[in-house]
Amino acid sequence: MTSFRLDGRPVPFVPGQTLGAALVAAGRTSWRTTRNEGRPRGIFCGIGVCFDCLLTVDGVPDQRACQVLATEDLEVGTQEGERRAP
Amino acid sequence: MRVVVVGAGIVGASCALAAARAGCEVVVLDRGQVGAGTTSRGEGNVLVSDKEPGPELDLALVSRTVWGRWAEELGADALEFEPKGGVVVATAAEALTPLGELVAGQEAAGVVAHAAGPDDLRGLEPHLAPDLPGGYHYPQDAQVQPVLAAATILAAAVRLGARHRPATEVVGARRSTDGALQAVLCADGSEVAADAVVNAAGTWGGQVGERLGAPVPVLPRKGYVLVTQPVPALVHHKVYSADYVANVAASTEGLETSCVVESTRGGTILIGASRERVGFDPAMEPSTVALLAAQAVRLFPVLERVQLMRVYRGFRPYCPDHLPVVGPDPRVPGVLHACGHEGAGVGLAPATGELVAAHLTGADPVATLGIDPRPFLPDRLLTGAGDATRTEDLT
Repeated sequence: MTSFRLDGRPVPFVPGQTLGAALVAAGRTSWRTTRNEGRPRGIFCGIGVCFDCLLTVDGVPDQRACQVLATEDLEVGTQEGERRAP
Repeated sequence: MRVVVVGAGIVGASCALAAARAGCEVVVLDRGQVGAGTTSRGEGNVLVSDKEPGPELDLALVSRTVWGRWAEELGADALEFEPKGGVVVATAAEALTPLGELVAGQEAAGVVAHAAGPDDLRGLEPHLAPDLPGGYHYPQDAQVQPVLAAATILAAAVRLGARHRPATEVVGARRSTDGALQAVLCADGSEVAADAVVNAAGTWGGQVGERLGAPVPVLPRKGYVLVTQPVPALVHHKVYSADYVANVAASTEGLETSCVVESTRGGTILIGASRERVGFDPAMEPSTVALLAAQAVRLFPVLERVQLMRVYRGFRPYCPDHLPVVGPDPRVPGVLHACGHEGAGVGLAPATGELVAAHLTGADPVATLGIDPRPFLPDRLLTGAGDATRTEDLT
């Protein structure tokens, strides 16, 4: 099965799945913490609107897990908070 | 005196608080929830910088003072009141001269403004584009979170005995045979006894006025606001291009854009502001979003790498002469108007509330507030009995 890596560890996916869908399918429900209170966040709306499911993709922070299609070569990272310096 | 305020937006809430403080028995009715109309569709601007000298600027200066007082009384955090100041920049050298002329007139009216050369601009806003020729710093400009502020102000009125009934639409008024107002009629069949009714229905003030037998020409002007993802503090003031002032005062039909950029306490950056006369058509035009985004990047190149999270839009209520309509309707006893503030309703709300309270109690607003009420009276917009002149056709 194909996989991408989250913080260096493989996450399996089927072609056409988003990063968020693959993470949820793998049993993962959170991969970001909020900036003020460090509370866990994962998929909320699932359609690109709420910006809750942010993660770092190939070094670029604040990408929406529900909008990025999973591919074999992606290096994905969890995030603490958002508001990364652009 | 029993007063019904129609509209629980920032203007209605301010009227309710000022009237309750003046000793009136107040009931606030709104067909929706607090701040659900135009109040929630703007940026919470409390600006003196964008106004040309005249009655609106005079009202804005008084209102800015009242905002500062209310922030002390109600708590700055409960309003997210931020006296951050404004920075108006010229995007081309030839815009500096007309901007300077505007500033001279504003200063004569009581506005504080400091000329800012390119180096000063960098000190005020380190991320501004380095090639901007200059501008002005307006320390009096401020910002509130408008829905939070409306809720806080309304809650303060309620603590003084005012009652708030959300989800209650006003459909008419009952009068005695001699024409005196007796009650305001609601869509659910209930009625609220009243000696006076304040039309603070914002963009829908024309419609509410008509239901009260006192139509006023209040028209919608659509405006967009773009919201970025939360970012670290990149923008410290309300920053806008000098074109904004020209567009605020303009009366053209077509789309006008001139960007206003500011950060919020939540970390998002708000990018306004377009103005467009398309009636109540809520359609979103992606090219307008692109235009505003490009103008914001022109001021702050760093924004090119920031994601847009969402776009909201709303309808700014304007009267044909671009002044709000505040005061008693000369045709219908007991009806007062407090609407038509266009994009400045948040900034002008506290002074509007105080002015309405003065009208209700018979106080002299010149003596108590330093406001000449005459430029805002409905009379200027009306001809004939019980009829409003529609000087513009929106359809």
